[in-house]
Amino acid sequence: MDRPLKETVYTPDSELRHFGRLVRHMGQDLLASRELAWRLFVRNISAQYRQSLLGYVWAFVPPVFTSLIWIFLNSQNVFSIGDTGMPYVVFVITGTVLWQTFVDALNGPLQMVSESKSMLAKINFPREALILAGIGLVLFNFLIRALLLIGVMWWYGVPPQDGLVLAPLGVLALIGLGTMIGVLLTPLGVLYHDIGRGLTVATQALFFLTPVIYPVPKAAFAATLIGLNPVTPLLVSTRDWLTTGKASLLPGFLWVSGGTLALLFAGWILYRIAMPHLISRMSA
Amino acid sequence: MSDDVLVKVEGVSKKFCRSLKRSMWYGVQDVASELLGRQGGHDQLRKNEFWAVDDVSFELRRGECLGLIGPNGAGKSTLLKMLNGLIKPDKGRITMRGRVGALIELGAGFNPILTARENIYVNGSVLGFTKKEIDRKFDAIVDFAEIEEFIDTPVQSFSSGMKVRLGFAVAAQMEPDILLIDEVLAVGDVGFRMKCFNRILKLKNLGTVIVLVSHSMLDVHRVCSTAAVISPGKFCWFESVSRAVCLYEELSLIPNTVQPRFVASPARVGKVQLFDSLGRPCSEFSTDDDILIGVEVGVEEPIVGARLVISVDSASGPLSSIGSPASGFELRLERPQNLVVFRLHNLPLLVGSYPVSVSLSGEQRTEIFDQVIHAVTINVVGPEPEPFGYGFYHIMKLEHGWNQIFPESVKSGWETNLVKWFQ
Repeated sequence: MDRPLKETVYTPDSELRHFGRLVRHMGQDLLASRELAWRLFVRNISAQYRQSLLGYVWAFVPPVFTSLIWIFLNSQNVFSIGDTGMPYVVFVITGTVLWQTFVDALNGPLQMVSESKSMLAKINFPREALILAGIGLVLFNFLIRALLLIGVMWWYGVPPQDGLVLAPLGVLALIGLGTMIGVLLTPLGVLYHDIGRGLTVATQALFFLTPVIYPVPKAAFAATLIGLNPVTPLLVSTRDWLTTGKASLLPGFLWVSGGTLALLFAGWILYRIAMPHLISRMSA
Repeated sequence: MSDDVLVKVEGVSKKFCRSLKRSMWYGVQDVASELLGRQGGHDQLRKNEFWAVDDVSFELRRGECLGLIGPNGAGKSTLLKMLNGLIKPDKGRITMRGRVGALIELGAGFNPILTARENIYVNGSVLGFTKKEIDRKFDAIVDFAEIEEFIDTPVQSFSSGMKVRLGFAVAAQMEPDILLIDEVLAVGDVGFRMKCFNRILKLKNLGTVIVLVSHSMLDVHRVCSTAAVISPGKFCWFESVSRAVCLYEELSLIPNTVQPRFVASPARVGKVQLFDSLGRPCSEFSTDDDILIGVEVGVEEPIVGARLVISVDSASGPLSSIGSPASGFELRLERPQNLVVFRLHNLPLLVGSYPVSVSLSGEQRTEIFDQVIHAVTINVVGPEPEPFGYGFYHIMKLEHGWNQIFPESVKSGWETNLVKWFQ
């Protein structure tokens, strides 16, 4: 019993007053959370499809289903889409897979925190683990869907390009952007369920304002709106890397990625600082 | 801070809000003000807020064990959550030295679809064990939980008792410097509970500081060296567990008293008082004391054949009612004011709080003149009870004796030997 004891002090003072200490604790907790994050990730993927007959097929179903609808509508000339530079099927499926990955990442943090409420309220574990485990799950589901992408691209004879090596970076940026927004919304979302509901509606609207099923428009008011959407450069560039090999919106991609990193750090601080207050409001 | 003080709580308070909508909004405000880097807490109550924990201070040294008792909603769990760092105090300061382990929720992170084996790893990680540590302790965990045959069964088909056992078995592997326990020992069967106790007492002997929240006075007596009673917004610290238990029982019995009203009855019970055997007013007693209860009875006109009934309650239910005719006593209510004394010999009650009610009846069964519920309370504060089977525990000390018989031959049987003993 001679080892030095770690001293922990709890006061009402804001943790932001000792910024250096806060960042040090964040680093320590991030390191300490790896093992737990991995365990929670394994738990979630093993439990995800265990009580189902089709199992991992369910990872494909949403993007395949969405794609099929758009492919059908396009083939019937219900609407007209400009030149996509590749078979429309490949265009739509890459788009929806990437979009789905962004949406998963967006919903991840709030979902993980809501599911783990009772654990959060009763046990002191590094809170970063929940976010990391959520990101892991998004990544895992993307990898399953990547199999679908590879299959489709091979079938339609789209050859792999040099830019393909940059595609993982694009996927990470998309996951980062989704996680960043999700983490920033989590504190408010835990208190007000309006956020969760609003997020569903907003995601649907954003789907149409993102060039998922159509190429980036050249003119018109919509072009400005779509250009302001931060998902646009990430999704378009990543799709380009996967298919044509050359990113068409590279400057936008770099700007959004940089902003995502900075805001992700801010979101992380907010998440940490808000957690004790959220817990004292979530259960008496 | 002196070296062996592991837990130091200084003037800690925590607010709670009664209204959900406001509580949500205050949550937003609190987060916002913390982002602005405020110093110090909000020490003003906002609308619909109250102090759930108010100005609590104490220190615990190595090997000390504090029992927190109090009625539901008194803030026990809130205090524990602050000690565990889950929520921040609104006022004051908490210093914890060493690793903190919490037995607050057993089986945290269990996923019902996964098997016991998988869940041991999840739960262990949540409690801060590494994979290697769990690998090493795996057999001990399964052994402790006694679930060898079900190790690969999904925990959703476990009974609640089995889940608790599994959860405790994992948590029992912790070797913290400070252990926080919230009401988790109340579940499971007797055998398993004893196992849990042994584990906790072992940690205590190793020098772990323990804070135990419990509604079982037996558990508190067994584990704790000191105790504190928390009632909404109040905190009373006691060196002796018995005094704390006594106060807690008194607190929990008071709110249930609604005095019946008797209109136009010819006799009234007046003041009721407790005295020691020498006739001095007294409220705290020890087991084996003689107690005098003085009852004033006022009548409008002389009454013949009236009966007084003294009833003694306890935290676990009514104990005894004694009517005055039981010992052949005849009440003579001839004057407007009468004084009646009830004497209790060799008080057989053990540590606790025992309210006394007095009722006055007429000669007929159905004639009830007056009743004063919980008129006085007999507080028994000593001697310290002995919960490990070396002395007396629970409510009563029963008159008894022991003897061992050494028969000349087994055939001679009980009858002859018992008779011999009684002679």
